[in-house]
Amino acid sequence: MSPSGIVALGAVLALAPALPGVATRTRSLLTGRRGPPVLQLYFELAKLLRKRAVVSEATGAVFRAAPVVGLVGLVIAAGLLPLDGRTAIGGFAGDFLLFAGLLAVGRFAVMLAAFDTGSSFEGMGASREAMVGAFVEGALLLVFAALALATGGASLQTMLGPPLAGAWRAQWPALTMLGLAVFVLLLAEAARVPVDDPATHLELTMIHEVTILDHSGPDLALLLYGASLKFALLAALVAGVTVPLVPRSSALALLALLGQLVLVAVAVGGVEAAMARLRLTRIPQLLLAVTALVTFATILLLRRA
Amino acid sequence: MSGLAELLLVLVVLANFVVLGTARLSTCVRSVAMQGILLGLAPVLLFPGWSAHRMVLAAGTIVIKGLIVPRFLLWAIREASVRREVEPRLGYGASLVVGTIALALAFALAERWPLPVEGGGLLVAVAVTTLVHGLFVLTARRKAIMQVVGYIMMENGIYLIGLTQAERVPFLVELGVLLDVFVGIFIMGIVVFHINREFDSIDASRLTELAE
Repeated sequence: MSPSGIVALGAVLALAPALPGVATRTRSLLTGRRGPPVLQLYFELAKLLRKRAVVSEATGAVFRAAPVVGLVGLVIAAGLLPLDGRTAIGGFAGDFLLFAGLLAVGRFAVMLAAFDTGSSFEGMGASREAMVGAFVEGALLLVFAALALATGGASLQTMLGPPLAGAWRAQWPALTMLGLAVFVLLLAEAARVPVDDPATHLELTMIHEVTILDHSGPDLALLLYGASLKFALLAALVAGVTVPLVPRSSALALLALLGQLVLVAVAVGGVEAAMARLRLTRIPQLLLAVTALVTFATILLLRRA
Repeated sequence: MSGLAELLLVLVVLANFVVLGTARLSTCVRSVAMQGILLGLAPVLLFPGWSAHRMVLAAGTIVIKGLIVPRFLLWAIREASVRREVEPRLGYGASLVVGTIALALAFALAERWPLPVEGGGLLVAVAVTTLVHGLFVLTARRKAIMQVVGYIMMENGIYLIGLTQAERVPFLVELGVLLDVFVGIFIMGIVVFHINREFDSIDASRLTELAE
């Protein structure tokens, strides 16, 4: 555990809500609109935290627990990523399984809460969330397998960033594919366009938004904050796969990380401006294509390993 | 093998996956055109130094596979006013899964292949993958145009296998193959066009219902 790691974690936790704002602003500017302020999510969180949660009588403890479980899982997962570029707060051999598992637990908690409300819309949203999750998780684990092959490391901090430098020199086509794949997984996990549209408010078409319809007040604030943190974590993962160079001083490394996160958010906004949400039946197809891409990259890495 | 050559072969395989995973006919044709251009660049990038033999082969491949054949297919799609969807026998998701399995098998196989290879094992693996993907498209798609696309992909695979022996195969043989493909595609396009005019459809599975 290093002090720079804790500072980096604190910075990511504090700045995560700005990332969806950056993505939305990019999308708005590119499509000829002004869009909401970059810090919009902070305002919303502040507003929601001042309110009281209204809980339906039909729901039980699962409903109240979901936002907390999801957020705690994500914060632990953040501790496993080498956010300052070198070391994570905690790490051990095989911790990438815990990372993927914590993301899955968060999704599972939200799905259970959606079912708990007894609303048919939320149940539908939960089933869609499960569909996306089923495809994303396989691909994500395969990405970690490929990274382990490329670096010989078994922990996230020995698989991301500088340890990949050698592999980038010898195997850059495979790692480029891997970076692209993680970016698409980010779009799916963070519920952005082509997979889900954060701006839509029609229950029939949304995925993530519809599962949290019944939450309100601080509960909703925790869920929204958790979603932005997930965005930040996956953006950090994209940066970890694609950028093997990290500045030596920890202050510069932190700046580099934040710059990369903003760049990824801008790229997400660019994708959102360029294309529409995919039809629901096309989403498994897209995610299967990503899985095929990751498999191909893994096979290429396997040849040299 | 240099990184650039590796990237080229990777892109060839990705073009296959585009054909397996897209619903739009013209995207499939454009993807195969892209593949043709990549194949034209392959002999230049894969082997150091240059010879007139390779340059002519590269230019011929790019012109025929990258420009003339795809133009012609797009013309056939437009003129025969085909519905622009692929209409697969096997769905896109399943096609991608089959394609990935074929890819894995091809790479496993290529390691054990007793070929005197000049370009490295990756070239053989990509060649076999392209061949198998082409065969798959040929069988798993209903539209006659897609079957032509599958045929071109198979031919591309054969071209890549030929590339491993580039310096040994006589120049004329290669040009002959290229010409054969060109004429073959030409005839297929005309046939597709006429089938459509006679029967208002180019759905190959309906040809079995032909009767006097």
